[in-house]
Amino acid sequence: MPAHPREAGSDQSAPRVVLDDRDIGRALTRISHEILERNKGAADLVLLGIPSRGVPLAQRIAERIASVEGYAVPVGSLDVTMYRDDLRLKPARALLPTEIPPGGVDGRTVVLVDDVLFSGRTIRAALDALNDLGRPRAVRLAVLVDRGHRELPIRADFVGKNLPTSLVERVRVTLAGIDEVDAVTIQAATVRDEEVTA
Amino acid sequence: MNRHLLSAGDLSRDDAELVLSTAAELRELADRPIKKLPALRGRTVVNLFFEDSTRTRISFEAAAKRLSADVINFSAKGSSLSKGESLKDTALTLEAMGADAVVVRHGASGAPHRLAHSGWVRSSVVNAGDGTHEHPTQALLDAFTLWRHLGGSRAGGLEGRRVAIVGDVLHSRVARSNALLLRTLGVDVTLVAPPTLLPVGIETWPVDTSYDLDAVLPKVDAVMMLRVQRERMSGGFFPTAREYSRRYGLDGRRMATLQDHTIVMHPGPMVRGMEITADVADSDRSVIVEQVTNGVAVRMAVLYLLLGGNQPAVSTGTTNEADE
Amino acid sequence: MSTYLIKNAAVLGGEPTDLLLRDGVIAGLGAGLEAPDGAELVDATGLVALPGLVDLHTHLREPGREDAETVESGTRAAALGGFTAVHAMANTEPVADTAGVVEQVWRLGREAGYCDVYPVGAVTVGLQGQQLAELGAMADSAARVRVFSDDGKCVSDAVLMRRALEYVKAFGGVIAQHAQEPRLTEGAQMNEGPLSGRLGLTGWPAVAEEAIIARDCLLAEHVRSRLHVCHVSTAGSVQIVREAKARGVDVTAEACPHHLLLTDDLAATYDPVYKVNPPLRSAADVEAVQAGLADGTIDIVATDHAPHPHEDKDCEWAAAAFGMLGLETALSVVQQTMVDTGLLDWAGVAERMSATPARIGRIEGHGRPLAVGEPANVVLHDPAARRVVDPVESASLSRNTPYRGMELPGRVVATFLRGSATVLDGKVQ
Repeated sequence: MPAHPREAGSDQSAPRVVLDDRDIGRALTRISHEILERNKGAADLVLLGIPSRGVPLAQRIAERIASVEGYAVPVGSLDVTMYRDDLRLKPARALLPTEIPPGGVDGRTVVLVDDVLFSGRTIRAALDALNDLGRPRAVRLAVLVDRGHRELPIRADFVGKNLPTSLVERVRVTLAGIDEVDAVTIQAATVRDEEVTA
Repeated sequence: MNRHLLSAGDLSRDDAELVLSTAAELRELADRPIKKLPALRGRTVVNLFFEDSTRTRISFEAAAKRLSADVINFSAKGSSLSKGESLKDTALTLEAMGADAVVVRHGASGAPHRLAHSGWVRSSVVNAGDGTHEHPTQALLDAFTLWRHLGGSRAGGLEGRRVAIVGDVLHSRVARSNALLLRTLGVDVTLVAPPTLLPVGIETWPVDTSYDLDAVLPKVDAVMMLRVQRERMSGGFFPTAREYSRRYGLDGRRMATLQDHTIVMHPGPMVRGMEITADVADSDRSVIVEQVTNGVAVRMAVLYLLLGGNQPAVSTGTTNEADE
Repeated sequence: MSTYLIKNAAVLGGEPTDLLLRDGVIAGLGAGLEAPDGAELVDATGLVALPGLVDLHTHLREPGREDAETVESGTRAAALGGFTAVHAMANTEPVADTAGVVEQVWRLGREAGYCDVYPVGAVTVGLQGQQLAELGAMADSAARVRVFSDDGKCVSDAVLMRRALEYVKAFGGVIAQHAQEPRLTEGAQMNEGPLSGRLGLTGWPAVAEEAIIARDCLLAEHVRSRLHVCHVSTAGSVQIVREAKARGVDVTAEACPHHLLLTDDLAATYDPVYKVNPPLRSAADVEAVQAGLADGTIDIVATDHAPHPHEDKDCEWAAAAFGMLGLETALSVVQQTMVDTGLLDWAGVAERMSATPARIGRIEGHGRPLAVGEPANVVLHDPAARRVVDPVESASLSRNTPYRGMELPGRVVATFLRGSATVLDGKVQ
């Protein structure tokens, strides 16, 4: 098999910034408006961020909604670790916080918020987790970046940026608060170990 | 984490804090409509109880079932006739049934060690109490209770806290496990007992000791009372139950000397009137009932961390970076 | 009977020389001996020649526990260990407390023919510690018992011990005491110390051994009788014996190979192969026992060979039986702990594993010097060999050796019992 031209003979090259902090801010603002538009207001919305980075994104969306509608949409987090389909492929993983706002999810419109949508497996796990918590009226998905390569029939309702990528590239989202700055970067890595087999 | 949980000493500080933080998440499950998580679906957990203990067995059973594991209960009162045949032959039977984890409670110290290291079974072995040796999950749920009340449920939250463990240390597996685990979490532990109930070599343990309960009580953030069996009198460990409770029992008078925030704990079952009086056991300071609730969450955490992945959890420097 | 010419053996570790074994005696000893017609040649280059070893403390388990060992299997193991005589302890089923049982054991030994068996008689009926057994009848029997012991249990009643010590004076007998104060050791599992506290195993305190030894030495002194102390295991015990001997008390003491080498930290594995009575002790105790054996405070090495069937050891610690195998590894362990460390030479080993045990047991024909005219009880040992102990290879019916997987020095190459080879080239004949 011919080596991918980009990584022929190279080590990891420096990450390339595709969204800087202002791009991210604008994307989140647009997403927040789209959510309100689709929902026809803020009533019965619940935002659940998927840890780790989905959570601050959900917070920021909630802040923007609050400044537009004057209404505090309930925000929380939904850890999907226990519902992952690859649980048994690696050592048991530490759990991340699940905080469901008071009022729960029954009959509400839940907007799941995550940083990157890729294979779709995380969202499938989130749907299973949500199913054990109650019965929302509807579930929507907001992501900052959609990098394609879906392995399941999952799609996002609200997307900050569509980012076509190749499988050997690595997309990283950093957010001030968890990391140093807000940025979305792409890094062309050498072929990852998992893909070397056959 | 090690494949087996045989001793509280097996857990590093990171391991222990991982169990606590995992238990914190799992405790919320009790408030949800569906009290089940799929993490151990397809795993088989066997409760192998050679000693009567409905309480602990039910706790482990609930923990395994809430994680969707299949549970098989095996109660065998260790027959003095068949001696060790009970343990080995039972183990071989379980192995044939394909157990992923064996939770074992046995009257002989070291029985879980034999199970883990003899080559009779391939499963993870969880010590649910062996003779007078250890009871690691009890220590974990005690630590979890302390962590919630005194440690703010944060990493390192128990550092520098002071805990007194009072009673029959010599025969107490709870005391041993707690002494080890609390020390690992940075707690200063003082064991209080009459000299006859402290084991030889206690000075090599990472704890302080005292024969004077009244001197110790005002200084601690938590008091853990151990069960003291009246039958110990026949071995000459103390002259009468009356003298024992007078010198080492926690009653209302002693409770009043505690600091405002100090909590009272007991692993159960209590001998009311012996080591602890009713007014103390039922007071606001007492977290004895909560310890039982915490037990399920802590045992869920242990089972999940041991069996939830293809290997036990790695506790240091785990990032939870995932493929989206 | 075969004649053997042993060439170039280092007798007691000395200069290589030749030995001629003929008609059951040592017929020649010196350099360059000529082989008479029909003599089998044994090349003993590099080998040490010792008088046949004598064990004062062995459990052959027959009658009653033939699942663990029989007189035949036990004496085969003994021969492989270089022993030409063993004393079989009385805690059989039925107990060897009558002339009938001791004669049976004695006869079984003769029939098997691998080494001489000297039955030990119980001190009390059924080992119950209540009533003296018929010590005189056992002494007069064909087995000619001289050593009496309730080993496995302690003769703890002071009056009974006094009477026993007095009574055996009539026929030159000796009481061999298993020193263990019963009340101080109720439910005891391992040495009492920091480790027992951590492992949750009931401790067996050193004082339980020392208190009995001290009492018995005083009793022996008072009634002017002789006392033998079995398996001394603690520094305190060594000191008590040392002081008693200095006062002139007629006391002898033995140490087991495992108490010369192994310590109580092995119990941390919870593997009952390390469970023994008296228990494995601390490193300081091991050192004191070695020193005591070197300076003569402890007179002899005795194996306390204690076979147990698989199910009595393949279980949790508390349910397991006490005891370890010892016959086949004794000489190697003594070599490792005492000879290779310079504490003893081979002459010293011969003293402690052959001459003195024979003297204490008052047996004739064993423990004799390697000299012309003496019975041909000889063992040839290769000190340069090394072997990893594999329980499966043992001649014993049981497998409970604490040395499994360990590399030990030395190997018994040949054993001769009154001129007949019981072991040649490391194999039983």
